Amino acid sequence: MEWETVIGLEIHAQLATTSKIFSGASTAYGAKPNTQACAVDLGLPGVLPVLNGEVVKMAIKFGLAVNAEIGHESVFARKNYFYPDLPKGYQISQYELPIIGPGQISISPEEGVSKVIGITRAHLEEDAGKSLHDEFPNLTGIDLNRAGTPLLEIVSEPDMRSAKEAVAYARKIHALVQFLHICDGNMQEGSFRCDANVSIRPKGEAKLGTRTELKNINSFRFLERAINFEIERQIEVIEDGGEVVQETRLYDADKHETRSMRSKEEAFDYRYFPDPDLLPVLITAEDIEEIRATLPELPEQKRQRYIDELKLSDYNADLLSGSRATAEYFEQALAAAPKLADQLANWILGDLAGALNKSEATIDDSPIAPEQLAGLLERIADNTISGKIAKEVFEAMWNGEGSADDIIDKRGLKQITDSGAIEQLIDDVIANNPDQVEQFKAGKDKVLGFLVGQVMKQSKGKANPGQVNQMLRDKLK
Amino acid sequence: MDRIDNHTTVKQLQLGLAQGDFSSVELTREYLDRIQQLNPRINAFITVTEDQALAQAEDADNLIARGDGQAMTGIPLAHKDIFCTDGITTTCGSHMLENFQAPYSATVIEKFNAQHAVMLGKTNMDEFAMGSSNETSYFGPVKNPWNLECVPGGSSGGSAAAVAASMTAAATGTDTGGSIRQPAALSGITGLKPTYGLVSRYGMIAFASSLDQAGPMARSAQDCALLLQAMAGFDRRDSTSLQRDVPDYEATLEQDLAGLRIGLPAEFFAEGLNPAVAKAVDEAIEQYKKLGATIKDISLPNSKFAVPTYYVVATAECSSNLSRFDGVRFGHRCDEPKDLEDLYKRSRGEGFGAEVKRRILTGTYALSAGYYDAFYLKGQKLRRLISQDFAQAFEQVDVIAGPTAPDVAFKIGDKSDDPVSMYLQDIFTISVNLAGLPGMSIPAGFVDGKPVGLQLIGNYFDEARLLNVAHQLQLNSDWHLQSPEVI
Repeated sequence: MEWETVIGLEIHAQLATTSKIFSGASTAYGAKPNTQACAVDLGLPGVLPVLNGEVVKMAIKFGLAVNAEIGHESVFARKNYFYPDLPKGYQISQYELPIIGPGQISISPEEGVSKVIGITRAHLEEDAGKSLHDEFPNLTGIDLNRAGTPLLEIVSEPDMRSAKEAVAYARKIHALVQFLHICDGNMQEGSFRCDANVSIRPKGEAKLGTRTELKNINSFRFLERAINFEIERQIEVIEDGGEVVQETRLYDADKHETRSMRSKEEAFDYRYFPDPDLLPVLITAEDIEEIRATLPELPEQKRQRYIDELKLSDYNADLLSGSRATAEYFEQALAAAPKLADQLANWILGDLAGALNKSEATIDDSPIAPEQLAGLLERIADNTISGKIAKEVFEAMWNGEGSADDIIDKRGLKQITDSGAIEQLIDDVIANNPDQVEQFKAGKDKVLGFLVGQVMKQSKGKANPGQVNQMLRDKLK
Repeated sequence: MDRIDNHTTVKQLQLGLAQGDFSSVELTREYLDRIQQLNPRINAFITVTEDQALAQAEDADNLIARGDGQAMTGIPLAHKDIFCTDGITTTCGSHMLENFQAPYSATVIEKFNAQHAVMLGKTNMDEFAMGSSNETSYFGPVKNPWNLECVPGGSSGGSAAAVAASMTAAATGTDTGGSIRQPAALSGITGLKPTYGLVSRYGMIAFASSLDQAGPMARSAQDCALLLQAMAGFDRRDSTSLQRDVPDYEATLEQDLAGLRIGLPAEFFAEGLNPAVAKAVDEAIEQYKKLGATIKDISLPNSKFAVPTYYVVATAECSSNLSRFDGVRFGHRCDEPKDLEDLYKRSRGEGFGAEVKRRILTGTYALSAGYYDAFYLKGQKLRRLISQDFAQAFEQVDVIAGPTAPDVAFKIGDKSDDPVSMYLQDIFTISVNLAGLPGMSIPAGFVDGKPVGLQLIGNYFDEARLLNVAHQLQLNSDWHLQSPEVI
């Protein structure tokens, strides 16, 4: 039988505020356990939550970016369950009236393909603390630094049909929240987390199959793998005559498998009800317009501008606008070399991306500043150096040897364009390679390449290859 | 000669301190002596903070000597043990918090501290403010100073009894369904539950967040005005507190009542009300007629739903509010839990008393999947209807009057096995909380030697008028001047 996969994602984006959603404690990552948890975060008797207004603005920014309905009245609700790292015995979240209603975003799972994915809702909530099971034998440690950290939970429609589409959607949201400066997107630190709801159904069937929820996925690679594993598992279960059980499954990246965590029967009844400690959040049309005016250029708009105004290829425009850090790097470099958009795109997505990849660095920590890269490309454009020498200069810049001009100067890499000097080299090569000269003259055109190579070698790469080529041809005519 | 007697008021203490008749240290010593003498019999205090009180009194005396005293400077007060007090145990009447010390003080406490009032101690209360007789306290029942075999009412029974027996000049209480007014009535004192949002709830251990409100309990309406002045006001730490100016409550006390329209709801004079209590209330109303008020019969048709609505809304909120008492971070933890579930079950099972458990279970049920619409949602709808009744009534009248409680103080143990008859104690007070209105109870005579309370209900933020109406009656009656013969 042919199966169709149905996937919906729940993404938790940690909002980049300096203080928590309902208290003044810091949200900085990596502090010593329980040093960033105040009385409110600890849920001490008598304390009350006070909403951090920044989170409302951030949520509205997101809503505007995905063309969503923005609730004029949104309500915080309590989600009740017991867990040691949930200090109050309930999580303050949103249930019936989320701040962001239905919206949409378009993704491009592969070149030339585009698809619209529905966003059901996005709501504000507080994060729980962390339980530490490994540090203390037979005991559980509780770190409440993370408790009360603001999250935007973004729930998609079950619109994705493959792991690839799910990853494209997740990446798109990941890029978007960073463009909006509302989330740092750090998946390792848990600032951006994905849960996937996966089900399968016979192709053509309208009714949805029973879904499982995959948790504990902390990279896009694992997201793809976990979904693909789960699809295979569900197909196997059904084809063996079994039934998929509605449950939550944990992805284990080491073993590359998903494991049952709890089934629907064991699922909690969260007893949601409006939090009486917090008033409804009222958002006026003016509030929304005020926030709209602060929106930065969004990835989609950037992409279009790169194609229309900078005449970049669709492919390059896509990649450059795909992440805030890359787009910022590109635009900074472009400001220094406004006529070299295409060359910059190729170098950023080619040599720079390759070097970063090799050293497992992100573009934010690139040892070559955007202005440096622009300087290098200017020297190629004005024929000071050849593309080949440029690679050497690039490597030197990577190693911190300074600007392109400094390196070209210091290493004497300036291209030889003086035809007298080149003629001298050509004459030497012709004299030292009579056989090849004969062959060329006999009509073996390919030999010219060898001769050009010899001249370049003599010049230590500094001669202009185009010029050498032309002059050799003229000489041997 | 004693500086205080069985009916010393805060107002008298203010004047005496200002005139240098006595010092705050002298006053504080006398109150501490009375507490030492009476508390073994009345059990109004859970904690007496003698050393801190004397230190605060000394500071206050220095300020007064320098001319830096404020309204509450040097006045000895008692606080219900529901308000967190930095470094001093706050039990909430529960085994769960027997040894709990908050690292911060409630806003109400901070406000009194800022004026250098003196805290004598923390008063007894029904466990987590759940009860109408003070019998659910882990620290034992409070005795009514008018009759030591009777309850003082609850949940602020310790504060009520302490004021009635002049173990303190005044006290703070909290009122979720009648917990200031009903004990004030049963103990023969004056108590005020303000409009929801007037007094900050920060640092007040939550029972039902949408109903809880702190207020003063004292010997007179005038004293309540003085205390409310210190307690009221916006607090950015409580999102449900309201940003509005606090009037001068004392300034309007002397206004005469000519033309005042008082409404008497038929539903408050119905079956279940002790006829003798009804008669006492009628006499108080007659007084108001003499003072120039006009009386109008009104109806609050949905008030019959108040008790069931309350026991859905309040229990639902408490079931969630009390989840934080899980034995993990603070409060009682069972010995040697064998796993997480055992930790939860035994810590909560041992830490909470029967009434608290009953309400947590009731509230959990009301919020459960499949029952939410039938209970919690229906409760919210009824709550709106009850509020609308009052809104309509206040189009015709300025204040609403009636009995505070259906009867006078009952014997300890009489109702403790019958939750429903206990819940009916609050039948006249609960609708006021559901609507978020201000309400008062003032002394209005005696039945069998036990005090009767007259309830006055005002419109939103109309505390000044309520206090004025109560004060005018007290200028023309002596019920509030009676004191129990406990010494």
